[in-house]
Amino acid sequence: MSRSGAMHTGRLQRLAEADRPTVTFTFDGRALSGLKGDTLLTAILASEPSLRDAEFGPERRAGFCLMGACQDCWLWQEDGPRLRACSTLLQEGMRLRAAPPDRWPGP
Amino acid sequence: MTRVLIVGAGPAGIRAAETLVAAGLCPVVVDEGARAGGQIYRRPPEGFLRPPRTLYGSEAGKAMSLHETFDGLVRERQIDYHPRCSVLGLQDGSAQVLSPDGVLSLTYDCLLLAPGATDRLAPVPGWQMAGVYSLGAAQIALKSQGVALGRRIVLAGSGPLLTLVASQLIAAGATVAAVLDTAPWRAQIRGGIGMALARPGVTLRGLRLRAGLGRRYSAGVNLTEIEGDGSGPAAITWRDAGGRHHRTACDTVALGWHLRAETALADLAWAEFAWSDTWAQWLPRTDMAGRVRDGLYLAGDGLCLLGADGAEIAGRLAARACLADLGHPVDTGEQDGDIRRMRRMARFAKAVAAAFPWPAEMVRAVPDEAVLCRCEGITAGELRRSLSLSGKDANRAKSLSRVGMGRCQGRYCQIAGAEVMAGQAGCDPASVGRLRSQPPVRPAPLGLLASRADAPE
Repeated sequence: MSRSGAMHTGRLQRLAEADRPTVTFTFDGRALSGLKGDTLLTAILASEPSLRDAEFGPERRAGFCLMGACQDCWLWQEDGPRLRACSTLLQEGMRLRAAPPDRWPGP
Repeated sequence: MTRVLIVGAGPAGIRAAETLVAAGLCPVVVDEGARAGGQIYRRPPEGFLRPPRTLYGSEAGKAMSLHETFDGLVRERQIDYHPRCSVLGLQDGSAQVLSPDGVLSLTYDCLLLAPGATDRLAPVPGWQMAGVYSLGAAQIALKSQGVALGRRIVLAGSGPLLTLVASQLIAAGATVAAVLDTAPWRAQIRGGIGMALARPGVTLRGLRLRAGLGRRYSAGVNLTEIEGDGSGPAAITWRDAGGRHHRTACDTVALGWHLRAETALADLAWAEFAWSDTWAQWLPRTDMAGRVRDGLYLAGDGLCLLGADGAEIAGRLAARACLADLGHPVDTGEQDGDIRRMRRMARFAKAVAAAFPWPAEMVRAVPDEAVLCRCEGITAGELRRSLSLSGKDANRAKSLSRVGMGRCQGRYCQIAGAEVMAGQAGCDPASVGRLRSQPPVRPAPLGLLASRADAPE
């Protein structure tokens, strides 16, 4: 599975303002860290190549429009509502997952 | 007091709010952003320190003026401001709004829509994979987060944003492997003359940025495929203007063909639409001031794709039209002056559209196996095959093929879908019709719709 496989290099390259305070969070159980002011998309893709599996195809997804219009970057909290990774700011201690929690009805 | 609801706090929405406040009204402003400014003058979250000159280049003064104007209106409590809120639907003088706390219902007497635009996308085989973004996304990532979306980026498409984003990324230290423009030189020269006549300063700035791209830039390109390696793009293959094949290694591709007006709310408010040959898309019909009818006004890129400068003028025009309809005195000299400025913006925009055309032939020729709808992985072939049942009718083809029914609600497939249908049916894209917008215009969790945040306990 590419998600836990060899490639753990982040997709993004930080070009500016990288001296903000560190914020820690988990993504599918893995401990990661981002910077204060990062969106969830920035924080995750700084250490991972993608966000989630596509529902309708074999490929992975990593967001597309970054302005809340395409809905490609949906993520879930372990306990809480669905989020758009491109427009939600990272908060200390967030516990995020790439797929909806395994219960019905979903949030 | 009369309640005017403004949707969008970009250049158009901000100038509209300022104009209404100056006339003594207290408009309600709903905006999806956490901080007002819109996309092109988007502000990073609190705590980022790059100065406006770094973020907005030659447009820094305009960006600062808009931000200061809006912050002043909020500080002085002259507007009722709802950031991080999306309008989901409109009905009987009230807007259903998704806020961070749940769904609100905001009533209004007059509605002024300034929702902006998205990138206009064409499908390129492989564009569904992680690491393919819109051009706007590449700019938003840089401006509001200080990041490049990859370590070796190819930018492809056409329009002013292509050159601008490439220049901004290079200046910030990103590696841009190639800038692939589908617009042929012939179109660019013809359109460029019109651009230079209407706005010589802006055109010259664009030419300077373009010159800075050097050998990275190619015009008249035909994009063939984005090749992947399982975790994202590995290369993009393309043919140059002379028909020679190229393969450029990359880990990220950003695509965009100028802009697509965001018109879903105008549609729900029963605006009429007309096909625009200039922009190769359906646009709402208004008078010169952006008036659809008494009580409904449109401004900015959601009405016509004139860019940020045009949006500021359009915001003032629409607000004055609204004031005039409410019986407020309006300075007709100012209104006429802004209408003249709008005409110049429109001449420039028409020349831009001619210089950087929608790649109709490339889209019509997209292979059957290429994904057309990114949301649900529906291919161009599936849409073509649905035509035997649907006929050349975009709404029926949507029902049968689901192209346009995914979670982006057609924002990134409907223009290309109409082109593919037209190619298959042997007609022009206008004659397949326009997809009807459906509420909610943003996906909303059912639980939130059921529990209104402003409901009485």
